[in-house]
Amino acid sequence: MVNRFFTLIAAGILALAPGLGGPARADQCTDEMPLPHQQWSFEGPLGTYDEATLQHGFQVYKEVCAVCHALKHVAFRDLTEIGYSEDQVKGIAAQFAPGPPGGPPVQVTDAQPNDQGQMVQRSARPSDPFVPPFPNDQAARAANNGALPPDMSLLVKAREGGPDYVYGIATGFKDAPASCKLGSNMYWNDYFPGHQIAMPPPLTTDGQVTYADGTKPTIKQMAADVTTFLAWASEPNLNERHRMGAKVILFLLVAAGLFYAAKRRIWAKIH
Amino acid sequence: MAQSQVSHGHDGETRRDFLTLTATALGVVGTACAIWPFIDSLNPAKDTLALSTTDVDLSPIQAGQRLTVAWRGKPVFIDRRTPEEIKAAQDVDISTLRDPQTDAERVKQSTFNGKTMPEWLIMVGVCTHLGCIPLGQKPNDDRGTYGGWFCPCHGSVYDTSGRRRDGPAPANLEVPAYKFTSDTAITIG
Amino acid sequence: MPVTGTGRISRIVRWVDYRLPFVAQLEHELNEYPTPRNLNYWWNFGSLAGIMLVIMIVSGIVLAMHYTPESTMAFDSVERIMRDVNYGWLLRYIHMNGASMFFVLVYIHIFRGLYYGSYKYPRELLWMLGVVILLLMMATAFMGYVLPWGQMSYWGATVITNLFSAIPIFGQKIVTLLWGGFTVANPTLNRFFSLHYLLPFVIVAVVMLHLVALHQHGSNNPLGIDHKGPQDSIPFHPYYTIKDLFGLTVFLLIFSVVVFFYPNFLGDPQNYIPANPLQTPPDIVPEWYFLPFYAILRSMTFNVMGIPSKLVGVILMFSSILLLFVLPWLDTSRVRSATFRPIYKKIYWLLVADVLFLGYVGAHPPAGAIVVYGQLATFYYFFHFLILIPLIGKIERPRPLPTSIGAAVLGPGAAEAAGGE
Repeated sequence: MVNRFFTLIAAGILALAPGLGGPARADQCTDEMPLPHQQWSFEGPLGTYDEATLQHGFQVYKEVCAVCHALKHVAFRDLTEIGYSEDQVKGIAAQFAPGPPGGPPVQVTDAQPNDQGQMVQRSARPSDPFVPPFPNDQAARAANNGALPPDMSLLVKAREGGPDYVYGIATGFKDAPASCKLGSNMYWNDYFPGHQIAMPPPLTTDGQVTYADGTKPTIKQMAADVTTFLAWASEPNLNERHRMGAKVILFLLVAAGLFYAAKRRIWAKIH
Repeated sequence: MAQSQVSHGHDGETRRDFLTLTATALGVVGTACAIWPFIDSLNPAKDTLALSTTDVDLSPIQAGQRLTVAWRGKPVFIDRRTPEEIKAAQDVDISTLRDPQTDAERVKQSTFNGKTMPEWLIMVGVCTHLGCIPLGQKPNDDRGTYGGWFCPCHGSVYDTSGRRRDGPAPANLEVPAYKFTSDTAITIG
Repeated sequence: MPVTGTGRISRIVRWVDYRLPFVAQLEHELNEYPTPRNLNYWWNFGSLAGIMLVIMIVSGIVLAMHYTPESTMAFDSVERIMRDVNYGWLLRYIHMNGASMFFVLVYIHIFRGLYYGSYKYPRELLWMLGVVILLLMMATAFMGYVLPWGQMSYWGATVITNLFSAIPIFGQKIVTLLWGGFTVANPTLNRFFSLHYLLPFVIVAVVMLHLVALHQHGSNNPLGIDHKGPQDSIPFHPYYTIKDLFGLTVFLLIFSVVVFFYPNFLGDPQNYIPANPLQTPPDIVPEWYFLPFYAILRSMTFNVMGIPSKLVGVILMFSSILLLFVLPWLDTSRVRSATFRPIYKKIYWLLVADVLFLGYVGAHPPAGAIVVYGQLATFYYFFHFLILIPLIGKIERPRPLPTSIGAAVLGPGAAEAAGGE
């Protein structure tokens, strides 16, 4: 009797199901394309970041993305967590120059004025956050046809699809279908909502960045590496969190077993 | 059924068996481990620790000049001593001091590449009595009877090595950890 | 035993107890307080909710040591907690997911009460205090979600505070008073922080009243019958202390899986974007525990007898919780537990399905068929409480109740034999 009742409920809801959801018109110029899932070393409960990938990703960020995108919640000293020594980090900070290697290092305005009351510029230190490419949003828009390149510190956590989405954007630039008209200064991207994105394709050729350890920097490789780096930037404590989690779960499983045995023992007296 | 297993200890409690003991121990350990992150979060955070060193360029400082810089939120006195001040500091009989320290001990970090530079005296400018900032850094300040520093709050007097000579201060001005990164630059902390 | 022993500690305890009977009270509650012997695991959720309250307060206080409630610094201060503060990420994820866990526990606790008739005589006030706790929890959670000052924080606050403009005549003035300005802005954030810190302690006070009310007549039980003698009860300690401890460990297991492995599963990615007053997100959705009420709010798409739909929606939303206060009087059945109420038992699951479905509706943009389903589900919710429950109590023929808890659990003969325990 109860079973029949539940079947009725389920059937009722499922019968309504076809109506659930959005409009049924198909429109290839705006319809969402399904986001393919990539395999990430850090996905799943036991995932971890791989140091070599992180360092490659940092290089791609610095040489390609940092020209337009800030990373203000990450400090140079955080780079010791991806395998650089303190001395290396000092050097990275002091010589940080977004874009291809060899550019002039960025200057930071020191928080304290000098004795004459003037604000002074100095090179970056490990304790500084990553220097943003533009002093404010308005300057960023002015340099980018009115579009604002978002800060990337939390990008992977701030988008539905996370790393798959960021990788999708990086690799999803195509020519627009013939029937779809692109706005001015817009580019077609398979995975950007609405398909029209203001960012020109950042990764255009294999070998845009040269990896010191000889890994082949194909577009897909660079995209995957920079996505891993950005995932780390969004969630730097993932490795520690997973490690601690495994220990806590193990401990609690043992404790649960013990407490259950104790409960059965105590309740045996009156059952 | 339960009778044979009960031994009457204090107040008729059943004997603590292995299960209860282990469970309790596990509970206590687990709770302690769980509490630790809450307490440790009160310790200095990573960004606070990163600001724990300060670099200072000493080249603009002449002999006989004193400079004050900020380090970890506190003032640090940098004194480029004249030869007279160094001699006065070295001539003191330390057995008369409440906090005996030789001048050499207090400037032992002022070396670079084997060259000792005892003219550089670097100390935390906080009186060891109750924490006021002693006078003596500016040219017109009262430097006290020994030509060093004088604390206006309760009258402590420090000599040209920063050692307490008079007044209620119990100890000499603290010498922080520092090192010379070149002839004319130091990193404090 | 501390109160009757002979050692020095016992003497100190007796000195204090004579003046403030704290330990004696504790001993009474643990060892002598009669608890029904047949409580099942659905009775664990009250103590779990209490422990969750403590966890939320402790984690919240420590987080407040690092958080800055100012609109240009709030988001950054939370990121500093996540990255620089020792174990800051753990504290934040505990607090953030703890709120969700708290609601899971409390909703199960409430539905337990609905099934077993725990709200009926003589526990009406106990139930009403519980509804007060639920309302306070909802206010606390709403304000807490605003504090990180992300896109959802800001726009969720804007939408919900704007509801009060539906109040006739004074509506907009009330909203301006709430905001402290012309929009949700820094003054709003500051006062939400102050109140978010305050309300949990009000909750603690109401929880204490809730426990006093509980102890007046003791817990209900799955059979819904009163305890008639000593054979129906067992001391709380050690039976329910160990059962609660075991339940706690299982709960902590689930909580830990969420905190350590899926900490952002229940959240909205858009809250990792700093609040932008000039850009509304394409979909404004509250946290999952508010979704059914959000659906009820949005169901009103037409005016009713000249009253604007917005106001009717607000009234319906608040009514959906407020009618819980009068549930003890809506339910006309003289039998408590659904175990013995054949019709009510089935209708109960309809309510559960309806609330879950309302949650689903609340999560989706109000377009197309969803709107109609939301209206039907809202209609059923009120129909269930205002029509079905009074009706069923009157027309239902309950199954025969057992003579006593002891008889039901131990069998008729054993009830007397175990009487001397």
